Amino acid sequence: MKVEHGIKGQQKTKIKLEELTFYYGKYKAIDNVSMEFLECKVTAIIGPSGCGKSTLIKSINRISEITNDVQVEGKVLLDNKNVYDRDVDLVDLRRRVGMVFQRPNPFPKSIYDNVAFGPRLYGVNNKKRLDEIVEYSLVKSALWNEVKDRLNQSAIGFSGGQQQRLCIARALAVDPEVLLMDEPCAALDPTATARIEELIEDLKKYYTIAIVTHNMQQAARISDYTGFLLNGQLIEYNITTEMFTNPDKKVTEDYITGRFG
Amino acid sequence: MKYDLQSSNFRAANMPNSTSPESGLKRFGDKRISDLLVESRQANVNRQRVQEFIIEKLLFAGGMAAILFIALIFIFLFKEGAKALFLIKPIEFIGTHILDFDNNRVFACMWQPVGESGKYSIVPLLIGSFLVALPATVISTILGGGCGIYLAEIASAKVREIVKPAIELLAGIPTVVIGFLCLTLLATYVQNAFHTTFRLNAFVGAIGVSLVIIPVIASITDDALRAVPNELREASYGLGATRWETIWKVVVPAGISGVTASIILGMGRALGETMIVVMATGNAALVTGNIFSSVRTMTATIAAELGAVPQGGPQYCALFLVGAILFFITFVLNLVAEMIINRMRKKLRL
Repeated sequence: MKVEHGIKGQQKTKIKLEELTFYYGKYKAIDNVSMEFLECKVTAIIGPSGCGKSTLIKSINRISEITNDVQVEGKVLLDNKNVYDRDVDLVDLRRRVGMVFQRPNPFPKSIYDNVAFGPRLYGVNNKKRLDEIVEYSLVKSALWNEVKDRLNQSAIGFSGGQQQRLCIARALAVDPEVLLMDEPCAALDPTATARIEELIEDLKKYYTIAIVTHNMQQAARISDYTGFLLNGQLIEYNITTEMFTNPDKKVTEDYITGRFG
Repeated sequence: MKYDLQSSNFRAANMPNSTSPESGLKRFGDKRISDLLVESRQANVNRQRVQEFIIEKLLFAGGMAAILFIALIFIFLFKEGAKALFLIKPIEFIGTHILDFDNNRVFACMWQPVGESGKYSIVPLLIGSFLVALPATVISTILGGGCGIYLAEIASAKVREIVKPAIELLAGIPTVVIGFLCLTLLATYVQNAFHTTFRLNAFVGAIGVSLVIIPVIASITDDALRAVPNELREASYGLGATRWETIWKVVVPAGISGVTASIILGMGRALGETMIVVMATGNAALVTGNIFSSVRTMTATIAAELGAVPQGGPQYCALFLVGAILFFITFVLNLVAEMIINRMRKKLRL
C-alpha cells in the first residue's frame, strides 16, 4: 500500500499490528489486520457497529481478556515488543497504554482520589508528590481550573464532559505513552465533545493516540490517519485527508458518505 | 419534486391523486387490519374494563393487607407490652434490690419471673441476645462476605452456578436441625477445644446462628458487588491494577453500602433467630461478658415461657414487652440497612 511507504518515511512507529486475528470464544472479531500507529499522531478507527473497532484498540492493552474468553493470533508490537509474549508484565503494559472508555467511568470517589488512584497503585504515597501529579494531570486534561477548589468532592456530581476529562486525567496520571480512546464522546453533548476534541489536539504532542469513533466528521477533524474496519477486516488505511477526499475503495466511499453504517 | 405551497395540505404538486394511502394495504373483505382491531376491541372494551378494575383492586388489597398485618402485629405487641409497664415498676425491668448471702441489699439484674416477687430484668436477656448475635455476625461477615466476594469477582460462571444455589440451600435447612447438630455435636467439639465450663454456651449458639446468616450475607454481598458497573473494573484494570487491587480498592468500596446493609440485615436475622439458641445456648439468664458462658436470649425466653404462663399476668405482659423491644431493634436495623442500600443506588446511579 502506498500509504505504508509514506508513513514509514516520516515517523517512528509506536504500535504495529501484524496479521492480528482476535477471537471471542469461537467468534472472529478481528480478521488478519496489519497496521501501524505512529508516535505522537492521532489514528482514528472508523466503521459500522460491531465491526471490531473497540476490540482492535482493546487488543493493544489486553483489557478484553479480563472479562472474556479470548484467543489471539498474530502480533501486537509496542516499541517492537509483542505485548502477547509470555514475559510481558500486564501491569506495566497497562501503565504505558492508558485507556479512556465510551461512557465516563469515574470511580465513586473524590476527584483527587480518582486521579491519585493510578500513582497510588504503584506505591506513591508521598502527599506532596501526589498533589503535584494530580495537579499536573488535571491541568493537562484542561480540568484544573474547574475543579481546583473542589478536589475533595465526589466525581459523580460532575457533568458528563467533566467526568470524561477526569477519566483522561486519571489515565494521564500514570504517565502513559499511548492513549486508547473508545468513542470517548459518544455519551457527550456537542459542546463537551468540542472540548474533548481540543484536548486531543493538544495531547497528541505528547502521546500516541488511537481513537475509535462513530462520527466521521470527528475522525476527519482530529485524526492524522484513519483506518476503516468492516466485519473485522481492515478495508482501508490512509492519511485522513486522503481517505476522506479520495478513498481507494468503493465500500469506504459508501461508508464515509453515509450510504450504510 | 416541486411542492405546491399554495395548496393547504402541502401535497406534492406533481403527485398523482391515485396513490391514496388506502391502496395496496392488506384487506379482509372491505376492512383494513386497523378496522378489525378497532372493532374487536370495541366488543371487548367493557369486559376488559371490569377485569382491569378487579385486578387492580385485588393487587391493591394484597399490598394493603401486608401493611395491615404488620401494623396489627405491631399494635398488638405494643399494647400487650405496655400493660407490663403498669403491672411492674419500670425500674424492675432493669433490676431489683435483693438480699445477698450476707444479707446486704444489692441491686441485681435477674430474670426470674416466678412467684410473688418475680424478677423481670431484661438486662440478662439483652446481653444474651447480643452475646450470640454479635459473634455470629462477625463469623458470618468474614465467611459470608468472603464467599460473596468470591462469587461476584473470582468464581467462574460454572463454579458460581453450583456454589450459589448450594449456599442458598444452606439458608433452607430447618433451624431445628441446625440446633440439633449444635446441641449434640458442635457443643462437644467446642467444649473439648476450649475447655469451657458450660457445654452449651453463647459461642456454640453463635456458630449455629451464623450458619443461618452466612447465606444472607453471602447472597446480598454477591448481588451488591455484581451491581457495581463493569466500567469501573475496566477503568481499574486499565490503569494497571491487579485483580486483587481492583476488588479491594474499587469494587468493594463501590459496593460497600450493599455489603454493610447485608451485614446489618444478617444481624437482624441473628437477633431474631430462636430455635437454634433455645437448643444450643443453655438458657441460663446470666449477666456476663463471657461468650463461653450459658446465656438466654430474648427470643428463647419468649419461646420457652409464653406457652406456660397465664394470660394477662405480669409475666405474660413482660414477655410481650421483651417481644416489642426485639421487634423495635430489628425494625431499626432493617430500616438502617434499607437507607444504606438506597444511598448506594444513588451513589452508583443505578
